[in-house]
Amino acid sequence: MSKYTEEQLEQELKTQEYKYGFYTDIESETFAKGLNEEVVIAISKKKNEPQWMTDWRLEAFRVWKKMEEPEWANVQYEKPKFQDIAYYSAPKEKPKLNSLDEVDPELLDTFKRLGISLDEQKKLANVAVDIVMDSVSVATTFKKTLGEKGIIFMPISEAIQEHPELVRKYLGTVVPTTDNFYAALNSAVFSDGSFCYIPKGVRCPMELSTYFRINEGGTGQFERTLVVADKGSYVSYLEGCTAPSRDENQLHAAVVELIAMDDAEIKYSTVQNWYPGNKEGKGGVYNFVTKRGLCENNAKISWTQVETGSAVTWKYPSCILKGNNSVGEFYSIAVTNNYQQADTGTKMIHLGKNTKSTIISKGISAGSSQNSYRGLVQIGARAENARNFSQCDSLLMGNLCGAHTFPYIEVKNKTAQVEHEATTSKIGEEQLFYCNQRGIDTEKAIALIVNGFSKEVLNKLPMEFAVEAQKLLEISLEGSVG
Amino acid sequence: MLKIENLHASIEDKSILKGLSLEVKAGEVHAIMGPNGAGKSTLANIIAGKEEYEVTAGNIELDGEDIGELAPEERAHNGIFLSFQYPVEIPGVSVTNFIKTAINETRKAKGLEDMPAKDMLKMIREKSELLEIDRKFLSRSLNEGFSGGEKKRNEIFQMAMLAPKLAILDETDSGLDIDALRIVANGVNKLKSKDNAVIVITHYQRLLDYIVPDFVHVLHDGKIVKSGDASLALELEAKGYDWIKQELV
Ligand SMILES: Nc1ncnc2c1ncn2[C@@H]1O[C@H](COP(=O)(O)OP(=O)(O)OP(=O)(O)O)[C@@H](O)[C@H]1O
Ligand SMILES: [Mg+2]
Repeated sequence: MSKYTEEQLEQELKTQEYKYGFYTDIESETFAKGLNEEVVIAISKKKNEPQWMTDWRLEAFRVWKKMEEPEWANVQYEKPKFQDIAYYSAPKEKPKLNSLDEVDPELLDTFKRLGISLDEQKKLANVAVDIVMDSVSVATTFKKTLGEKGIIFMPISEAIQEHPELVRKYLGTVVPTTDNFYAALNSAVFSDGSFCYIPKGVRCPMELSTYFRINEGGTGQFERTLVVADKGSYVSYLEGCTAPSRDENQLHAAVVELIAMDDAEIKYSTVQNWYPGNKEGKGGVYNFVTKRGLCENNAKISWTQVETGSAVTWKYPSCILKGNNSVGEFYSIAVTNNYQQADTGTKMIHLGKNTKSTIISKGISAGSSQNSYRGLVQIGARAENARNFSQCDSLLMGNLCGAHTFPYIEVKNKTAQVEHEATTSKIGEEQLFYCNQRGIDTEKAIALIVNGFSKEVLNKLPMEFAVEAQKLLEISLEGSVG
Repeated sequence: MLKIENLHASIEDKSILKGLSLEVKAGEVHAIMGPNGAGKSTLANIIAGKEEYEVTAGNIELDGEDIGELAPEERAHNGIFLSFQYPVEIPGVSVTNFIKTAINETRKAKGLEDMPAKDMLKMIREKSELLEIDRKFLSRSLNEGFSGGEKKRNEIFQMAMLAPKLAILDETDSGLDIDALRIVANGVNKLKSKDNAVIVITHYQRLLDYIVPDFVHVLHDGKIVKSGDASLALELEAKGYDWIKQELV
């Protein structure tokens, strides 16, 4: 074998193809492209929504029209042409499904190819799954088991019908329609997503899971997730994302709102693997997502994310630590390769006394990609004894990629303790040679080093997800050999 | 087992090895000594297949086969082990995970299944006892924050786990305290057999008190300029290298 140079390493990293790049041939119903009040009303009608919901959407749309697309992130891309996107696409003839046997076999096949065979999950993983394909929720398993505990886990479109009082009470309370450009857009046109409510004192007995997949070309996906954990309850929620390879850029602008009431805990884990575009940087998903959680007294919210996909990522899962003694955590691995760009991080807003937050961010950049961490730690005037610890580590491969860290710290209370640590390292020839000398080839060595680098975050993921995430890290970085 | 003939090597156009020959047979222990910068580590790295060095002439054979074209991992699979003078850190990868990966990758290259966890555990227990390594140590990130001596002991632990045909120990004694030196040397001696061979690179006699070499070579300015038996090391210890350098002119 010839000399393995940095250059070849980069070359090898570039040859990784996207493995979820298939398109499922399911007949779907797609709205004509373009966005105006009629389209918003049509979406609402299509879903049989009550008037309050239609009004809510229209208000968001009016706000959105006056807003400008944000430009402060460290990413460069051709802005989506918002009139060139179809705002609704659903697999046709959405049947009411009671069991998996009734699911379209082709759809099931899709799930299998995604590596999430439902029946297997059902048996092995004890995971309740809701799948949002394009914009519509297809199957929610385990409804019955959850129902017995009073847990509500269903597509948000159904929740609007079946539990309007709950949805109306909480929707938009953490991420208001006016929050930002993409959140406003999402509020106007979201067509589905998941809703979850855990009653007082209930510990959700299984991981709840949603898989999102963009299928149709030229469509945007705007799903909306709302998780409400009532007093003293606990839930662990998983979210996975994939999309087929396409030449054009697809827009994904989701909103996730979490509410953890007194003494409640929400763990929200994401493995994001949207199509990143090809080696030349053509195509790929624009992932502009707003995720935020609200903690009441003694509540805790943990965001864990593994971001390997998307052409452009703009995402800052945040915690508002409103209640005293509340805790916010953010654990993130963001991998960028080829021409991917990621600007991701978190906001920890400390309002209550004795609030605590932890931020662990691991950025891995390869190819010609750009990977930025952007984090805000804000300690309010009344947040006595607030604590924050932030650690941002970057790992670089090759000389063409970039890693950037933008920490913002605003402290208005003298008792606060804020710590920030940052490191940047490179996978070195010496490390690779050391591994090679022990019989470990370069591809495996990179996987080993990257996994080691990401370990603190991988450890935070639920078991089933950790394995998948590890595999994803390997395939997004290793290069396809042989 | 190992046969090096007329090896010339350079890095960035700087010539380092200048016609080095060395033959090591199964069952033998060879010591290589020589002043700083003579090219000892370079030789070790080149045998292990480090690709930064350019071999401009000569060849290296292992068991009669030219290994010059083999990648470092292939040489490792063929039984070459290098205990590094400066072992590198791999954060987040435990000693256990690392050695497990090394063993299983080597097995994979030979068409074998992964080693059953039970066997692996047994071997880890055995070898860590041999080298008096605390079990907790094995869960730590590889070489991260290890003391100089711990790094060296860990190298020999890996050697014990991998059971190489040819082990090259590059200044394994440096950094070891007196007790650790004895423990590590005893470990190496226990691993010795008539089927494997060891090359120890060292500056000091004290290691050779424990690991007694069959041959001692002096490497100077890219060549082996003197060879002898174990007594040569004692002579060097007493007299230094000047007399050899003078013999050369
Ligand atoms: N990567 C490199 N780039 C430039 N010069 C190098 C490189 N590696 C080794 N050298 C040079 O080659 C010569 C031999 O180095 P080497 O490390 O083999 O010496 P050594 O005999 O092991 O010395 P020591 O006893 O100090 O360990 C030295 O002059 C060293 O500076
Ligand atoms: Mg040396």
